[in-house]
Amino acid sequence: MTTFGQLLFAGIALGSVYALVALGFTVVYRSSRVINFAQGELLAFGAFLTSWLVLSAGLSFWLAFLIGAATTAALGLAFEFCVLRFALGRPEFTVVMLTLGLATVLQAVVDSVWGSNPRANGDPWGASAVHVAGLVLNWDQIWSVVAALVVLGAFFWFNRTRYGLAMRAAASDQEAALAVGIPLRRVNAAAWALAGLVACVGGVFVTGYPATLDPTVSNVALLAFPAIILGGIDSTTGAVVGGFVIGVVQELTAGYQPQYVAWLGHDFYLAAPYVVMVIVLLVRPYGLFGSRPAERL
Amino acid sequence: MTAALEVNGLSLRFGAVQALDDITFSVAPGELFALIGPNGAGKTSLFNLLSRTYAPSGGTIQYFGQDLLGLRAHQLARAGMARTFQNLGLFMPLTALDNVLVGRNHAMRAGVVAGGLRLPGARREERQAREAALEALAFVGAAGVADAVVGTLPYGMLKRVEIARALAMGPRVLLLDEPVAGMSRAERGEIAALVASLRGPAGPAGPDGLAGPAAGAMTVLLVEHDMGVVMDLADRVLVLDFGRVIALGTPAEVQADPNVIRAYLGEPLDLPT
Repeated sequence: MTTFGQLLFAGIALGSVYALVALGFTVVYRSSRVINFAQGELLAFGAFLTSWLVLSAGLSFWLAFLIGAATTAALGLAFEFCVLRFALGRPEFTVVMLTLGLATVLQAVVDSVWGSNPRANGDPWGASAVHVAGLVLNWDQIWSVVAALVVLGAFFWFNRTRYGLAMRAAASDQEAALAVGIPLRRVNAAAWALAGLVACVGGVFVTGYPATLDPTVSNVALLAFPAIILGGIDSTTGAVVGGFVIGVVQELTAGYQPQYVAWLGHDFYLAAPYVVMVIVLLVRPYGLFGSRPAERL
Repeated sequence: MTAALEVNGLSLRFGAVQALDDITFSVAPGELFALIGPNGAGKTSLFNLLSRTYAPSGGTIQYFGQDLLGLRAHQLARAGMARTFQNLGLFMPLTALDNVLVGRNHAMRAGVVAGGLRLPGARREERQAREAALEALAFVGAAGVADAVVGTLPYGMLKRVEIARALAMGPRVLLLDEPVAGMSRAERGEIAALVASLRGPAGPAGPDGLAGPAAGAMTVLLVEHDMGVVMDLADRVLVLDFGRVIALGTPAEVQADPNVIRAYLGEPLDLPT
């Protein structure tokens, strides 16, 4: 039971990071109908910048975290402003390729500025933990859940205002949104800024103890991918639920599978989210919360 | 008097296709102006130019004396121009009320923080917007479906909700693209009466300075294939064929015009007797 509680908590902590990354994918998808392949690299950039601000520039962690998140958000915004605006109205494939280009550039930047050696993420709590009812709760994990809840809470609160309504309208029909006076460009810019922000928050907390920070952290985006498909790619609620589901599935698999079904190999936990995704898609082809395209016959 | 719309030498080309060629007309404030023509004549293209979805290849558009081409598409709502779409421009996952509320968005002032914290000013503004939206829905006979997700509604009702959204925007100029297409005969009559009632003397403005849906004195541009509706309602009719103006005048004048008859019915055949 203790093992189960421990794994469940680890799953929720990991899931909160996946939920953030998945939310980043979803807001960009809703605004431009494309998968942002640079989400993982934005995440790596934010995490490296924050780590550098703490360990090399000597800032306090929270200040560094704020600057890192703001800079990554600004980077998303700048990409929309300097590159994507010129691709408005082009085929989606063009935009997808542009995000791949951003990913490549960011990878090179991270590699050349900070190198590829593992480093600490700069958080002040390291391996310290709280012991509750026989469970060991790492501070990093507690904070990642808290940070995710704050960001997600703010997002869903925002979604209820008229700005959120305008964003949902723009996601559903861009031409009609323009006709009722919604400034589409600003909505898209906000989506990219948000994608940068959640990427940085996710990146910082996923690289806390016992993990370390190195450029392969961008793979987190690949692991969050089943979360958005599972939740339904155009649903923000789905992204969050999917993120938590994937996190828990992954940790439970990592905890139990080597013991009970060892023949699946010792890295099966990385594949488990995809197995869950495939099963869900067989039952609900548009994901748990995705919108089924309505067709009139 | 300044014209509501003054279109001069407007043309639109897609590659080698001349969609619109040297279109010139002007619409007086309060006029109900119809655009007709066979399929592919360029009616919707003209609407898309007026709503700044397309950029013209040449020509000018004046909107109450202002250069319309200097405005971006999303700025037209605040300038007082609203439109409906031939194939519906509704937000299918949202409720009918939310669809109409989006139409009020441009007139609201409360920022993210005030709106999110539900400060009194923002709450009042939101309540006024809701009332205006419900009023617009009631005006088109869609009050009963306010809370229904529009993706689930029948076609005729969708058309009504879309008109309600355009009216809730408090427009001075309303562009209606085939408002009665796909409707039953009874529904057509209702919508036609509704469109006719948009004109007449101006009523009082609402508390937010926007005209209410029943305020009247709107300038209406109407694209419609239903000739009964067009001939009953329109003050003047512009007939397009292959992207050119072939006739412009009162319904009676246009109906008698040999060019119009030819465009709709074709050349008389010279059959051997």
